[in-house]
Amino acid sequence: MNWRGVYAIYKFEMARMRRTLLQSVVSPVISTVLYFVVFGSAIGGRITDMQGVSYGAFIVPGLIMLTILTNSVANASFGIYFPRFLGTIYEILSAPISGLEIALGCVGAAATKSIILGLIVLATAGLFVPLDIAHPVAMIGFLVLTAITFSLFGFLIGIWADNFEKLQVIPLLVITPLTFLGGAFYSIHVLPPAWQTVTLFNPIVYLISGFRWSFFNVADVSPGVSLAMTAGFLSLCVLAVYWVFRTGYRLKT
Amino acid sequence: MPPIIAVSNVSKTYASGLVALKGVSLDIAPGEIFALLGPNGAGKTTLIGIICGIVNASGGTVTVGGHDNVTEYRAARSLIGLVPQELATDTFETVWATVSFSRGLFGKSPNPAFIEQVLKDLSLYERRHSKIMTLSGGMKRRVMIAKALAHEPQILFLDEPTAGVDVELRRSMWELIRKLRDVGVTIILTTHYIEEAEEMADRIGVINKGEIVLVEEKAELIRKLGQKQLILDLAQPLAALPPELARRNLVLAGDGQQLVYTYDTKGEHTGITALLNELSAAGIRFKDLNTKQSSLEDIFVGLVSGK
Ligand SMILES: Nc1ncnc2c1ncn2[C@@H]1O[C@H](COP(=O)(O)OP(=O)(O)OP(=O)(O)O)[C@@H](O)[C@H]1O
Ligand SMILES: [Mg+2]
Repeated sequence: MNWRGVYAIYKFEMARMRRTLLQSVVSPVISTVLYFVVFGSAIGGRITDMQGVSYGAFIVPGLIMLTILTNSVANASFGIYFPRFLGTIYEILSAPISGLEIALGCVGAAATKSIILGLIVLATAGLFVPLDIAHPVAMIGFLVLTAITFSLFGFLIGIWADNFEKLQVIPLLVITPLTFLGGAFYSIHVLPPAWQTVTLFNPIVYLISGFRWSFFNVADVSPGVSLAMTAGFLSLCVLAVYWVFRTGYRLKT
Repeated sequence: MPPIIAVSNVSKTYASGLVALKGVSLDIAPGEIFALLGPNGAGKTTLIGIICGIVNASGGTVTVGGHDNVTEYRAARSLIGLVPQELATDTFETVWATVSFSRGLFGKSPNPAFIEQVLKDLSLYERRHSKIMTLSGGMKRRVMIAKALAHEPQILFLDEPTAGVDVELRRSMWELIRKLRDVGVTIILTTHYIEEAEEMADRIGVINKGEIVLVEEKAELIRKLGQKQLILDLAQPLAALPPELARRNLVLAGDGQQLVYTYDTKGEHTGITALLNELSAAGIRFKDLNTKQSSLEDIFVGLVSGK
């Protein structure tokens, strides 16, 4: 293992993110506040509660997930796409470092940042609603696992993309809609049965459900299933990254 | 001594179907400066890319320091520093950070004293805290060299190191290359400038259309393939070459003041005696004569266009 190489990439990525720290912290904080104003107060006043949780509190896990998913994907995809775009990838490809080590450095940094942002959103939400976390360890577990999984996913997008449009399109057309439809702001039990079945094909349902369970002990699907689905998606991403570096897909000519 | 790099029968066909390398074999001796010469598109960068692990070969094998560069890529790549042809830098980073990054990437423990020395050797130390985007093109190129040297490689690849570099900087790069050679670093450089190969290299390889057409000691190359010119300064200018003297390799030059005879130094007979006899028979006198060894450039152009 080239640990120093992994650390070099990690540090490099963290430095890049530090340069844009302000905007990356400000935007989730502002959107969290907006969600609370719109959903928590304006609309939430009309909704009594969801699965026995006040609506304001109910949306907190979904909001955190939204932040984690979008930031993980954005940071990791940009982290690997940008060196390809600049041409500086030559150095990483010619270094004595394996593909999984490159992914580890890059994904580790992206996940670190999105976990930090997720916790900032949590703290911001705490200003609006009282939060009792039922299973703190599980909560952190889901947070970390999701951040890593989607950073890996973003890493793959950054390798697949060959222009800036493609880099944007997946987060915009896939991640955000799936998060909204995945029960970030409602329990899928409020949907008609047919739609509930369709929704179960949305992997983000399992993430949000498991994460919400760790807060309030209520879930759309059992937490074990959530954990299994997350782990399954994580393994898929790891396999894909492994394949990318074995074949040199989009990295080597 | 076993070669430090052994390229054996390496071929490359790009996805587009373009054949960039056709079964290239090449050995590089430890400690030498090897210049790879070839016209645009000959396959120089492709060959370097394959050795360094950036391009996948379609066939053949490469060993670096005895390590296969695919199955034992870690050991192989640790030995190599690469300065690619294209300028590609992390524009937002400082010089110091980017060079330290390179060292870490290659798994070496931090060594600020060493980095400092590298930056000083490349006259970058004053600018160590500058962001790369604020540097000039020549400085950026030196930053890339510093990055390649940061992990103390035994082999340095320089893909057209002096393209777009002013005369002074080119001189200082040659200087640096010699210094590196003196401490035992093997250097492989590609160039379009024949003078550069002539000035720097111990051995020269010529690549054309994906094939190595020649590998030779520089001195040997010049001797073996060299053509010489015999230049006769005439006592009386000639209006035209007398028909009885006409031959393929004799021309009238300098407003009829000179006769230039080109001959092959490795030929059995150079034809000089015959020419001189015919000249005196024709009553043409000359006041001076000298010979000129053809430059590597002439050899190179002859090889690439001729065969
Ligand atoms: N990524 C690529 N995809 C397809 N063809 C390529 C690619 N890279 C290089 N080639 C082609 O392969 C051939 C060899 O290119 P290469 O860059 O190795 O030449 P070179 O000798 O370095 O040329 P130059 O002196 O111009 O740098 C060229 O015909 C080039 O167009
Ligand atoms: Mg080239």
